[in-house]
Amino acid sequence: MLEIKCPYCGKRSQNEFSYGGDANVKRPALGKEVSDKEWDNFVYLRKNPRGNHSELWHHVAGCRKWFKVSRDTLTHEIYNTEKLNEEF
Amino acid sequence: MSQKYRLDNVGYIDREKAISFKFNGKKYFGYQGDTLASALLANGIHLVGRSFKYHRPRGFIGAGTEEPNAKVQLYKDAKTEPNALATEIELVEGLVAQSQNCWPSVNFDIGAINNLLNKFFPAGFYYKTFMWPKNFWYKIYEPIIRKAAGLGVAPLKPDPDRYEHKFEHCDILIVGSGPSGLSSALAAAKNGARVILAEDKPRFGGSLLTDEVTIGNKKGKDWADDTISQLKSMPNVIVKRRSQVFGYYDHNMMVMLEKTKDHIDNPNKFIPRQKLWYIRAKEVLISTGSIERPLVFGNNDRPGIMLASAAKEYMKVYGVLIGKKPIIFTNNDSAYDCAIEFKKNGVDPLILDIRKNSDSSSVKEAKNLNINIKFSYGIANTNGYLRVKSATIGKLNGDKSGYENLENIPCDCICVSGNWTPTVHLSSQSGNRLKFDENINAFIPDKSRQNETTIGSASGKFNLKQSLEDGFNKGYEISKKITGNDIKNSPPTSNERTYKDHDKFWCMPLPKNKHYKRFVDFQNDVSVSDIELAVREGFRSIEHVKRYTTLGMATDQGKTSNLNGLQLVSNIENKIVPDVGHTTFRPPYTPITIGSIVGREVGKHYRPTRKSPMHSWHEKNNAVFVDAGLWLRPRYYKQGNENLLEASKREAANVRNNVGICDVTSLGKIDIKGSDSAEFLNRVYTNSWMKLPVGKTRYGVMLREDGIVYDDGTTTRISENHFHMTTTTAQAVNILAHLEYYLQVVWPELDVNVLSTTEQWAGAALAGPNSRDLLSKLFPNTDVSNENIPFMGFKEEDLYGVPARIFRISFSGELAYEINVESGYGIFMWEKIMELGKEINIEPYGTEALSTLRIEMGHVAGSEIDGRTIASDLSLDGMLSKKKDFIGKRSLNRKAFLSTDREKIVGVVPLDRKTMIPEGSHLVKDNNAALPNPKLGHISASCWSVEYNNPFSLAILKEGKKRIGEKLYALSPLKNISIPVEIVSSHYVDPKGERVRS
Ligand SMILES: [Zn+2]
Repeated sequence: MLEIKCPYCGKRSQNEFSYGGDANVKRPALGKEVSDKEWDNFVYLRKNPRGNHSELWHHVAGCRKWFKVSRDTLTHEIYNTEKLNEEF
Repeated sequence: MSQKYRLDNVGYIDREKAISFKFNGKKYFGYQGDTLASALLANGIHLVGRSFKYHRPRGFIGAGTEEPNAKVQLYKDAKTEPNALATEIELVEGLVAQSQNCWPSVNFDIGAINNLLNKFFPAGFYYKTFMWPKNFWYKIYEPIIRKAAGLGVAPLKPDPDRYEHKFEHCDILIVGSGPSGLSSALAAAKNGARVILAEDKPRFGGSLLTDEVTIGNKKGKDWADDTISQLKSMPNVIVKRRSQVFGYYDHNMMVMLEKTKDHIDNPNKFIPRQKLWYIRAKEVLISTGSIERPLVFGNNDRPGIMLASAAKEYMKVYGVLIGKKPIIFTNNDSAYDCAIEFKKNGVDPLILDIRKNSDSSSVKEAKNLNINIKFSYGIANTNGYLRVKSATIGKLNGDKSGYENLENIPCDCICVSGNWTPTVHLSSQSGNRLKFDENINAFIPDKSRQNETTIGSASGKFNLKQSLEDGFNKGYEISKKITGNDIKNSPPTSNERTYKDHDKFWCMPLPKNKHYKRFVDFQNDVSVSDIELAVREGFRSIEHVKRYTTLGMATDQGKTSNLNGLQLVSNIENKIVPDVGHTTFRPPYTPITIGSIVGREVGKHYRPTRKSPMHSWHEKNNAVFVDAGLWLRPRYYKQGNENLLEASKREAANVRNNVGICDVTSLGKIDIKGSDSAEFLNRVYTNSWMKLPVGKTRYGVMLREDGIVYDDGTTTRISENHFHMTTTTAQAVNILAHLEYYLQVVWPELDVNVLSTTEQWAGAALAGPNSRDLLSKLFPNTDVSNENIPFMGFKEEDLYGVPARIFRISFSGELAYEINVESGYGIFMWEKIMELGKEINIEPYGTEALSTLRIEMGHVAGSEIDGRTIASDLSLDGMLSKKKDFIGKRSLNRKAFLSTDREKIVGVVPLDRKTMIPEGSHLVKDNNAALPNPKLGHISASCWSVEYNNPFSLAILKEGKKRIGEKLYALSPLKNISIPVEIVSSHYVDPKGERVRS
C-alpha cells in the first residue's frame, strides 16, 4: 500500500485516495471544434510509461482535493506531490 | 506420564505443568512450553506424516517455520484447521492433532504404492501424463489426484474465532530478536526512536536460546532476557513475540501476524485469535537470521533425519533428545555444537565431516570431549522404513565422486548440516536484488531499494561478534538519522570463537549401480533425479525448472530446499550459482489464515450499513429490507402472509388510488453554491440550466465524456447562486467526485462549491391523487394549489415548527411531492405524515412498489442506465441541448451512436397477460431457431402493472419503437422458459403525463 503525501493533509495511506489518471491530459475547451482524432485521443488514449508518471489523485476519504503526484510506475516511488496550481 | 526422551534440568519448559494431548487418536503428555513437535519427540515419535507424491513416511526436519513435513490437522470442538505446523503449535491442554495426507493411517498408507511406482512419477509427470484426452482432466484425473495428494481437510463450518486488524506507525521495525535484532533495538531505542521489535517464536533470543555464548559477562540467553526487559520498560518500544512479519509491501508497509489466543489454556472468549498488524515503518531492520540447509544423500528423508540446528534446539529449549544413537553429518563447524550438546547429555554421537579437517573452537571442544569424528566421510544411504535404523557411510574418494569403502552403522537419528542460508525473503520482497556470497555459498541482499537494512546472519554475518556489532551500529546510525539524537553506547561484546570454512560439497554421490532417491524438496517430493531430468529435457531458466519440478513451490516456499536446488542446477550445467540466478520470493513468508486477512469484516461488518433516520419506524412496521448499495431500504411492508408480489401490488395500487409515502433519504443530495453554479450545471447536464427560475426544479441527465448516460436526477434552484442536486442512490458517491474533478481540475476558474448533503436531509416522497390533500394538512398555512406549487415547483415551508423543503417532483407518474427536513427531524416528519394521512388511506411503500410505479410510466433507472446506453437509446433525445456544449456531447457524433439499428427502450407485455417475464430474458424473433439464437434485445426491468393488472416489462430492443406492435419471444435459458410477447410503448401509464401536472 502506497503512502501518499496529500499537499493539504500530509502523508496518508493509499486507501484514502482514488486514482485519477494522467495529469497531463487536457480536456478540449467547451464549444471548440475538435477533430475526431483529437477527441478520441482525449477520451480514450493514455500513455503507459515505464518510470516517472505525472498523475492525478483524489483525496476522497480526506479533504476531497484533487492533486498531482509524480510516481514511478516501475518502483512505485513517489518523487513529489503538488497542488494542481503548482508546478513539479 | 513418562516421556522417554525428556532430559532433566535442561530447557525452558515448565515441568510443573504437565499437559495432555492427542495425536492420531492416542493420548500423550508434554509440558507447558512445548510445541506439539517437541512433545511428540519427547515421547519418541518422529513419524508425523506422509509425503505429498510418494506417501513416504516423514518426520520432523526443523523446529520452526522452515519445517516442510510436519503439517497436521487440528481439531477443537466443532472446529478444524488444516496444515498447521507441528513445530509452531504451542501445546495446550486437550489439543487434538492428526497426521495429514495418509490413509488409512500414518503407519500404513495405501498411497505409499506410489513410492514403489516412483519410476512412473518423474518430474513433469502430471504435465506429461494427464494431458489427453482433454475432458478426462476435469472428470477423472484431477479428482483422483486431488484425493490422493490432498494436504489438510478444509473446515466446512464458519470460523468461530475473531480476528482483528491493527494499524501502527513506528520509526524502526526490527524483524527478529536474535543477537543482531536485540543489539540494534537497544541502540535505536536508547537514541529515542520509536521501535517495534517482532519475534515470530514464543521466546525471544533467536540463536542465543541454543548457543553456548557469553555476551558482556552474561550467558547469551540471560543477556537476551535482560535486553528484552530493558526494552519493555522503555515507553518508545513495542516488543512482540509470536508475531511473524510476513510481508514487505510498498513504501515500507509491513504486515505482521500476531498469534494471541491459541497458546492460552481456557482463553477468555473475547480475546481475538490473531491480530494482523499493518505497520508503516520509516525504516526496517531485517534481522531474520538464517536457516540451516540439509545435506542430500540416499533416502535422506526417513523419520529421524533432522537438521542439526533443530536437534540442538529440541535439546536446549525443550529438554528433548531426538535420539540416543545419533550421527551428526556436516560440511561445517556449526553442527559440532549439536554433537557437544548430545555428549553433555550423556549420549555418544558419531560425527561425519565431509571436510578433510578443521581446527575451529567447536571442533577442538568436541575432540576434548572424546567425540568420535570421521573426517572426509559421507553418508551414501540410510535404512529403516518408519524410522531411520542405520546409515551406510563411507570415506569419500579424492574427488568425492564415490566412496573408498562402505559400512553400515546403526543409528536412531541423523543430524545434518549443509551450512546456512540467510533468510532474505523480506529483503527480496522489498524489491531488492540478491547477490551471491561465495564465502557462505548463499545469496545475501544487494543494494536497498526501500528504507530497509538487513543485519546479522540474514546478511551473511554468521559470526556472533560481527552480528552484535552490525546490529548495534545500524540501530545507532539509523535512529540518529531519524531522531537527531546521538546517545553513544558501546556495542555488546562476546567471547571470540574461531571458525573454519565449510566445504561446499553437499550432494552425496550414489554408490555404483544404486539408484536411491535423494530428496531436495521434502514437501513436494522433488529429488535430485527430478531436477536432473528437467535440465536434461531442456529447462534452463530456474523459474522453469521450479515450475516443472515444483521445487520450492510447496507451502514452506522452499526454505530448506531452494538453495540446494540452485546449486544442483549449477553443478549439472557447469555454471556458477549466480549465473543460474534465483527465484522470486513473494509474501506471505509463512502461510497465514484467511481469517486474519478478513479481520472483523465478516457478515454485516463486511461493509458499513447506511440507515435512514426513519429506519426504526420501518422496522416497527414490518418492513422487509433490501440492500441498495450500502443503504438498507424497505423493500415492502409485509401485512399478514403476503409475499413480495402481493405486498408490492397492494402498495403500488394504493399510490395510484390514494396516497403512499416512500423513504427516499438514500437519494444522493449535493449542495451547490457559487456565482457560476448555473453555468456549471449547464456544462455537466445535457439540457439547459441558465434560465431556470429560483424556486423551480428541473430534471437533468449527465453523460460521461464517452457519450454514455452517466446518471439522472433533479436539481432545484433555491436562490440565485444556490442549487440542490439529487442523484440516484447508486451513483451519489461517484457523481460528487465527478463534479469535484471538473471544478478542481478542468474548470478551476468557475466559482462553484459542491458538498454532499445526502445524510443531512431526510426525504419522504408523497405520491398519489390524495397527495395534495395530505400536503394541505401538513402545511395548513400554505397555499398548496397547482398555481402556487406547480409541477416542478419548490417551496421552503414550516412543518409544525420544523423547516421543510417541498419539491413537486414525481417518479411514479402520479401527482407527487417530496418533503425534506433535517435528518434529526426525519422521524418527526414521517410520523406526522402518517398521522395526518391516516384518514385519506396513506400507506408506506417500499422499493418494489417504487420500481413498479417507475417501470409502468417508462421512467429509466439503473437497469437501463447500465453503462452501455446513450440518451437516444432511452428516448431522452429531447434532453440533449442543440444550443450549447456539455460533457460528452462531442462523443455523440461517433458512428456507432448514430447507427439506426441501436437497441432502444420499449415496453413489453406477455400475450397471455399473466406470465411475468424474468429480467435479463432475451428477445428473439423465433423461439425455435438454432442456437445461438440471434438476440434482438433484452428485458431490463419487470413488474406487475397495477394500472392494467398484468405483467409489464421494459426492454432495450434493436430498432426500438419501430417494432411496437410486433410479436416476439422472451427467452430465459436459465429458467428454461419462452414467453410470447408483444412490443408496446415504454410509457405504459399516462403517456401524456397529465396526472403529474394535475
Ligand atoms: Zn487531503
